[in-house]
Amino acid sequence: MGQDSSPLFAGSVAGTLRLIGYLALAMVLMVLDHRNGWMWRLRYGAAVAVEPLYRLAGLPVEGMRTLSVAFADRQRLTEQNQRLREDLLLANAKLNRMATVAEQNERLKELLDTQHSLELNVQLARVVGVDLGAYRRRLLINVGARDGVRPGQPVIDAHGVMGQIVETLPTTSVAMLITDPNNALPVTIERTGLRTIAYGSREGDRLVLPTIPMAADVKAGDRLLTSGLGGRFPPGFPVGRITQVAPATTGMFLEARAQPSADIDRSEDVLLLHEQAEPAGPPAPVPPMGPPSDLAPAGARSTAAPARPVKGGVR
Amino acid sequence: MNRQRLSLWWFIATLVFALLSMLVPLPAVLEPFKPYWPALFLLYWSLEANDRVGLGVAFTLGLAADLLDGVLLGEQALRLTALVFIALRFRSRLRFFPMWQQTLAVLALLINDRILLTIVRVFAGDALPPASWWISPFVGAALWPFLFLLLDDLRMRLRIQ
Repeated sequence: MGQDSSPLFAGSVAGTLRLIGYLALAMVLMVLDHRNGWMWRLRYGAAVAVEPLYRLAGLPVEGMRTLSVAFADRQRLTEQNQRLREDLLLANAKLNRMATVAEQNERLKELLDTQHSLELNVQLARVVGVDLGAYRRRLLINVGARDGVRPGQPVIDAHGVMGQIVETLPTTSVAMLITDPNNALPVTIERTGLRTIAYGSREGDRLVLPTIPMAADVKAGDRLLTSGLGGRFPPGFPVGRITQVAPATTGMFLEARAQPSADIDRSEDVLLLHEQAEPAGPPAPVPPMGPPSDLAPAGARSTAAPARPVKGGVR
Repeated sequence: MNRQRLSLWWFIATLVFALLSMLVPLPAVLEPFKPYWPALFLLYWSLEANDRVGLGVAFTLGLAADLLDGVLLGEQALRLTALVFIALRFRSRLRFFPMWQQTLAVLALLINDRILLTIVRVFAGDALPPASWWISPFVGAALWPFLFLLLDDLRMRLRIQ
């Protein structure tokens, strides 16, 4: 213990002061970050260092996937292939039928002169297997701001809504799942059309609908769809299926629990929805017009052309 | 001189490894059992090389972990600083504890860390976590003897201090 300077019992005052200094700094950072959320700007700046680490940390999961494919027996792969073919056939058959309906819909809409479109503008993305903190239901996705991803975009898989993008880095982005306790999603019950809100639950694997009126007709087995209120999610996407309904502890509402229909824990590939066709609404405000620019004083000339983000993806 | 540089790189490498292990996900069933790796590695170094680990290092590592986690900047910085402060305060005693006593002390430190985290999250407006939340410190403490011996052994083999 020659160079050991720490005394056996009492600590030095200076050490305590430094601790207090660091703790105060950490608390100031936390409060500022909680209020302003500028951490993401910092993270965006640090992306050069952060993103390679994500890729590195995602390697084990990627390796496991590759191994599971490599060592899966032929039998299972054949079965899976067969099932996928059948699914594709079925989906194609449904699509063909839908095509006529869509065409009819298009004609009717032309008659009504509306611009709503059912067309989907999606982008395929892969999930990077990274753990972003205990009990945070979030997902890292391998496309980012450079691919035109923006916060607020819905994330879906083949079975239903998974969540929405909360933050983007240059080549990765983070999605909050619908099962996150901080997430609320306006839904409608398919059978009755009742509109309500689905929250993520504390256990984090299901949805809770705590504010259903007592008199409402809700049963286990009812399907939940997005209602499209709030403008984030387009209406009509499957969200989940109600598993149980019981009076809430307050006694003023019914509380239902639902199982998300998306494969939230197992999805490897997800779809990002891009913005839908322009919603009907008031026209965009006209940019303020001044006198001709050659009459304006020097220095006041600006070329204000709002750059539109590039829309990549499959249509 | 070269040996010193090697030991510095080894120190940094273990901490980066700790951050990476924090990011690597476990299957959903095992998720509550995941120990808090940065705390364990930092504890080892603060017991074995206190000239290298100070509050500043703990704070920096915490900030790096926060940047990776992307939840709340300063959360892990706060936790790791508090953890290292306590560990350094009792370092002389912790070092000469028999392994089982040391493990208990580590368990206490990790539980303290979880309590801090819960307080921070509740203040930030999150719901109280479920009971499985408290499993992780026990797993961390159970792994401590192995981690300690492994790191000690590696250090002997590499002949760095």
